[in-house]
Amino acid sequence: MVPRVSSSSVVRLSRVLKTYRVGSTDVKALDDITLAIPANRFSIVIGASGSGKTTLLNLIGCIDTATDGAVEVCEEDVTRLSDDRLADFRSRHIGFIFQNFSLVPVLTAYENVEYPLILLGMTVASRRQHAMAMLEAVGLAEHAHRFPNELSGGQKQRVAIARALVKRPTLVLADEPTANLDSVTGASIIALMRRVQAELNTTFIFASHDAQLISHADDIFAIRDGALLEHRMETEQ
Amino acid sequence: MNLLLKIVLRNILRNRRRSIMTGSAVAAGSLALLLFGGFTSYIFSGLETGNVQRNGHLTVFHSGYFLFGEGNPAAYGIAHYRGVMELIHDDPILRPMINVMTPTQSVLGIAGNFTGTVDASKTFLGIGIVPSDRERMRGWDPYDTRAVNGLDRRMADSEESVGLLGLGMARVLGLCGPLRLKDCPPAPDTAAAQTPGTSAVNREVLDLADRDTGEHPNAAQGEPRIQLLAATADGAPNIVSLTVAGVEQQGVRELDDNYVIMDLPLAQQLVYGRGEHKVTGIVLQLARTRDMPAARARLAALIRQHRLPLEIRGFGELNPFYGQVVRLFSGIFLFMTLVMGMIVLFAVVNTMTMNVMERTNEIGTTRALGVRRQGIRRQFLMEGMLIGAIGAAVGSLLAIALSLAVNHAGLTWVPPGNANPIPLRVDVLGKPGLISGAWLGLVLVATLAALLPANRAARLSVVDALRHV
Repeated sequence: MVPRVSSSSVVRLSRVLKTYRVGSTDVKALDDITLAIPANRFSIVIGASGSGKTTLLNLIGCIDTATDGAVEVCEEDVTRLSDDRLADFRSRHIGFIFQNFSLVPVLTAYENVEYPLILLGMTVASRRQHAMAMLEAVGLAEHAHRFPNELSGGQKQRVAIARALVKRPTLVLADEPTANLDSVTGASIIALMRRVQAELNTTFIFASHDAQLISHADDIFAIRDGALLEHRMETEQ
Repeated sequence: MNLLLKIVLRNILRNRRRSIMTGSAVAAGSLALLLFGGFTSYIFSGLETGNVQRNGHLTVFHSGYFLFGEGNPAAYGIAHYRGVMELIHDDPILRPMINVMTPTQSVLGIAGNFTGTVDASKTFLGIGIVPSDRERMRGWDPYDTRAVNGLDRRMADSEESVGLLGLGMARVLGLCGPLRLKDCPPAPDTAAAQTPGTSAVNREVLDLADRDTGEHPNAAQGEPRIQLLAATADGAPNIVSLTVAGVEQQGVRELDDNYVIMDLPLAQQLVYGRGEHKVTGIVLQLARTRDMPAARARLAALIRQHRLPLEIRGFGELNPFYGQVVRLFSGIFLFMTLVMGMIVLFAVVNTMTMNVMERTNEIGTTRALGVRRQGIRRQFLMEGMLIGAIGAAVGSLLAIALSLAVNHAGLTWVPPGNANPIPLRVDVLGKPGLISGAWLGLVLVATLAALLPANRAARLSVVDALRHV
């Protein structure tokens, strides 16, 4: 398993600028963002569509690079890492939960959960133990050998959560994880994430406008037009 | 099972119809290459067998014979040829390689039939051989072509004045009827149109011919005789009588119309008369064709060592037709290989490009999980390689099955340069090199074809890939 980051802030952004080139003009997706996201908390980034929430999560998740500024994740300046080093960094430290579940369709639920452990080079026995334990934790042990197309939306998102958490990452990033689910299923998914976050003591960072999800947040980061408006702490650290 | 292999195999099955179509293109390529390659290989084997049965692998000539001696074989005879043969026979390196070693004598002259109602004569190209050696040489068939059926006992070492003619030669000399030949029209009666005095000259020719060779016992039983007239090595005219035991049709008309096979002593008598009997060539048939370079090198060393005025020629040099056919079929095979390679290349590129497009989001997901670019590239390369491997394997199995069916169908054909039909065979199963070469080549093409889409997949930005719907 991956060693925990002892610092109180798991993510630090300093004067981060991200621009995209659309035609002949540069569009600012993030403009001079400076923030620190505390470790082991349930943090949420809120804002209107196009405000820059997903771009911010992409930079934190090391799947995109900043145009300017410093991005430090788990005490590592990720702006200096090569593409391969970034891939290794993601495999060790970051778990992703996507809006559209993004399970590998040709792998069973068990194999999807096992995948990140293979990237970490774990033994077969160890992988089996961890993957099955995680599937049990999300209530899907009985469906371990089903393929994604044999699962409901809620079940797919549970598998995605298990896949994100199985390697015990320092950081879990979830972009609109309840957007494709009905309210009841969405509520159960939020409860599940809250529970495993507490059990595993992991940092969760969401991008969402889901009111239910916002109500569970420890920290809320509001952004508008690529700029950070406020950081509101809902619960004490 | 390795996860990568699992993902690759399941993705191949996931797009089953597309994979089958692409695999079929590879299988068709493999099938066509192997069947044509097997057929070509059989043609090469057949040509080689025919050449080696007739001419052996290597022939030792007097120096200069190959370039100048055909027009005057008598001037390029190998003197003391028995000594040369002993030298070769006693060599410890050459002896195990040699299957048959036999002397031959080429003769040029005029053949005439003045005995019946036909009064005909024409130039001939003759060869004097040792009949028992010729029979042993005809038995050489390491590729199992079955081009020669049974023994030919029409000539024997003990019957020196018995020989064979090309079918065309027999027809021109009016021997179709006496030899009871099929598909050979009898010559018109020309004896009545002879100019006065011709029959008397013909009788003299017959008498001269019989004086030296004596009458063959078979002649009494009705086998026709012809007279062969040639200039001796000294330039004097010489004549012998040949009892024709049958015909041996040649595949090339020019040769068939001029061909005479006779016993070596008769040919020597015609060329050298009462002088020293030499030979034109010493033919070496080896047990295995692959020993040719070694045998040739050793022969050359012996010739140098003993300062003999001799030269060595391989069967390919003596019969350029062999090399021409090999080059022609090799060229066609190469062209076909290129066409099949292009078809497989485009089929796999097309399929893999579609696969990359359809799985763009999946690529983004796995990259986000921590898979390196190389991992994505490897996955698509392996997919192309597996489609190629499975398709080529299916094609190979189909080719083997079809070749066995053809080989057991009893079909025959007449190969270029042959006069008689031989079994039609497609030699696939006996050519593991061809099968493995075609399989490996097609797998390589399929893998290379997957490289372009695989690189495109590996270079995708994770964010763009995740955004792809």
